Amino acid sequence: MADASWLSEIPQLSRGNLRDIRKFLDTEYRDFSREYGEMIEGFFDPLLTFLVWFEKLLLATPWWLVIAIIAGLAYLSSRSWKLSLGVVISFFMIGYFGMWDNTMRTMSIILVCTFLAVALGVPIGIAMARSDRVQSVVTPLLDIMQTMPAFVYLIPVVMLLGIGKIPGVIAVIIYAIPPVIRLTNLGIRLVDKDVLEAATAYGASSLQRLMGVQLPLAMPTIMAGINQTIMMALSMVVIASMIGVKGLGQPVLKSITNQYFTLGLLNGLAIVALAIIFDRVSQAYAKRSQRYLEGMDNG
Amino acid sequence: MAEADKKAAPTTLIKIEGLYKLFGNNPKKFMPLVHEGKSKDEILAETGHTLGLKDINLTINKGEIFVIMGLSGSGKSTLIRHFNRLIDPTEGVIEVEGTDVMKLGPKELEQFRRHKMSMVFQRFGLLPHKSVVDNVAYGLSIQGVSKAESKAKATEWLATVGLAGYEEQYPAQLSGGQQQRVGLARALCTDAEILLMDEAFSALDPLIRSEMQDQLIELQEKLHKTIIFITHDLDEALRIGDRIAILKDGEMVQQGEPEDILLNPANDYVEAFVRDVNRARALTVETVMKAPASRITADTIEEALKQMKGFKGDYGYHINDEGYQGVLTEETLQAAFDDDKKADLDSLQYEDLDAISQDAVLETVIPETLNAEYSLPVIDEEGQMTGQLSRQTLAEVLGNDDTSEEQKKS
Repeated sequence: MADASWLSEIPQLSRGNLRDIRKFLDTEYRDFSREYGEMIEGFFDPLLTFLVWFEKLLLATPWWLVIAIIAGLAYLSSRSWKLSLGVVISFFMIGYFGMWDNTMRTMSIILVCTFLAVALGVPIGIAMARSDRVQSVVTPLLDIMQTMPAFVYLIPVVMLLGIGKIPGVIAVIIYAIPPVIRLTNLGIRLVDKDVLEAATAYGASSLQRLMGVQLPLAMPTIMAGINQTIMMALSMVVIASMIGVKGLGQPVLKSITNQYFTLGLLNGLAIVALAIIFDRVSQAYAKRSQRYLEGMDNG
Repeated sequence: MAEADKKAAPTTLIKIEGLYKLFGNNPKKFMPLVHEGKSKDEILAETGHTLGLKDINLTINKGEIFVIMGLSGSGKSTLIRHFNRLIDPTEGVIEVEGTDVMKLGPKELEQFRRHKMSMVFQRFGLLPHKSVVDNVAYGLSIQGVSKAESKAKATEWLATVGLAGYEEQYPAQLSGGQQQRVGLARALCTDAEILLMDEAFSALDPLIRSEMQDQLIELQEKLHKTIIFITHDLDEALRIGDRIAILKDGEMVQQGEPEDILLNPANDYVEAFVRDVNRARALTVETVMKAPASRITADTIEEALKQMKGFKGDYGYHINDEGYQGVLTEETLQAAFDDDKKADLDSLQYEDLDAISQDAVLETVIPETLNAEYSLPVIDEEGQMTGQLSRQTLAEVLGNDDTSEEQKKS
C-alpha cells in the first residue's frame, strides 16, 4: 500500500466503512424519530388544529364573500381600483375553471406559513443585526437552507412527522424564511448611524432605539424580505404537495405523472395569479406605509 | 479680561481631567506607550492603534459658550462625544456638576443623557420617518412625557427657531438650514442645561450659517445654557465663543478667550490659523485700544491749559464727573484763555468727534478712525472714557502693508 496511488486517485473511505457510517446515522435517526416523533408531533398539534380550522373556514365561506374580502383588503392596502378589479377577475376565473377549493387550501397554508416565517424571521434578523456572533452562526445556516435541495430536508421531516400538513408547513418555512431574516438583518444594519447616534444621545434605551428608529427605518427592506418570503412560499406549493399537502400543487403533480398538459397549465396559472396578487398587495402596502420617503431626493 | 468682569464668579459645570482615547482592539494594553510620550504616528505604526485624544484637561463654566476648534482628524468630534459618553475614554475623568459620568450605570447614563445634555449634529440626525414636530418632541417622548404636552412644547420651540407652520412636514421636505433649525429646536425642547453642538453649522452654506450663528447668540442671551460648540472654522469660533480650545492631532494646543488666541497665539500652528482670520470682524475696540492719555480733568480753562501743556499732542479729552465730554485742542483753549482764563470749561466749543463704544467690532469703526484727526475716545456703557484708539493702533492690529503709510499720516 506504500505506493503513490494517492497522487492519482483521491483517498477514499472504504465501502464498508462508508456503509457503516450511513447505517449508523440512519438507525440512530430512526430510533430518535421513533422515540420522540410522537412528542414532537404533539408539540405541533395546536398548529395543525389551527391549520385545519383555517382551511375549513376558507372553504366554508361563500365564494363571493371571500372575493369581496380579498378585494377589499387589496383596496385598503393599495387604494387602487385596478388592483382590486384584477383580484376579483382572477379569483372568479379560478373558480370558473374549477380550482376554487384547491386555491383556498393553498392560500390557507401560504398565509399561515408567511405569518410564521415573519414571526420567526424578524426576531432572528434583529438578533443577527445586534450581534456579529449571531450573524456569523446564522448566515451559513441560511446558506444551507437556501441551497440544500428541498427534497433532502423533506426526508428527515417526513421520517419524523410522517406525511401531512405539518411537515409541509415546516418544509415551506425552511425554504421561505431566509429572505425575511437576511433582509431584516441588512435593513437594521443599514440604518443611518447618525440617526441612531442622535437617538442614543437623547437617552433612548435599546428597546426605544429598536422600536422607534431601527425597525421603522429598516421597514422598506424588511417589507422587501417579506415579499420575497411570500413568493418563495408559493413556489414551494408543488414540492410540498409531494408530502401530502393538499392544494394547487397536487393537480400539478398529477399532471406531471400523467402528462395532463392543460390541467398542469391551469393550476400553474392559478399559482401565478395568487403570487401576483400577494406581491402587488404587499408591495403597495409597503409603499404606502413609507410615505415619508417622498421628497427624499430633493432634500 | 472682559469676561471676568461680566461674570463675577464663574462656576465650573464640566471638568475633564487627563482624558485619553486610544482607538483599537486592546487600547488598555498600549496606554503605557502613550504615557511614554510616543507620537500618534509611532503608536499607529507599532500597535495599529490610533491615538484619538491625548491628555485633555479642561473646565467649562456654567452659562458660557465653549468652542472646541480643530481641523478634521484633530479629535474634536471624538472629544464632544465623551461628554455624554457616546464614546468612552480609555483613561481620564469626566465630571459634570461634580458627578463622575464614568461611574454611571447604563440606566443612570440614559437618565443623564435625557435630562442633562442635548445634542445637535453636523448631519442633523433627524428621524426621517417622523414629522418635524415629532422630531422636536423626540427627547420628551423618550422621557415618557405625554404626547399632548410634548407636542405643545415642541410646537412652541419650533416657533422660536422660526419654523412655525412646518409642524407636519417631514425632514426630507425641508432645506438644510431648516433641518438644522429642527435639530436645534429638538435640543432645546428637553430643557437640558448643556447643549452639545457637533459642527452644527458646518454643513450649511455661508449665509445660512451666519444667520444660524446670530440666532444661537440671540437665543443664548435669553436662555443662558452652557454650550459646547465644535467647529473647524476659526471665524465661527471667534464669533460665538466665550472661550476657545484649539485641538491638533488629539492634543490641546491652546485654550483661552478669543482675543487671547488672536493676539497671543501659543505656537506656529495656532498662528497659521489666526493669520487668515479677519481680525477687523473678530476683535472689539476694547481689546486693542490704548489706555486713555491726554485726559483733561480740570474745571477751569487755566488749569486745563496747564494740563494740556503736559501732553504729547496738541489736544485732550475733557472728562468730568459725568464722564467723557468732548475733545479740546490747545488752540481753542489758548484762545479761550486769552479771553477769560477763569471761564468754565463747559462753555467751550468741542471738536467734532464722536466717541466710539468699547464693545464695537473693529470693522465698524474703521472709517471713523481713519477719518479722524485725533485718536478716537473709547467709552463704556456709562459714558466713561476707558481708552483711546488711534489710526496707528488700528493699522498695527489689522497688520498689513498699509501700516507704514498710516504711520506717516499720523
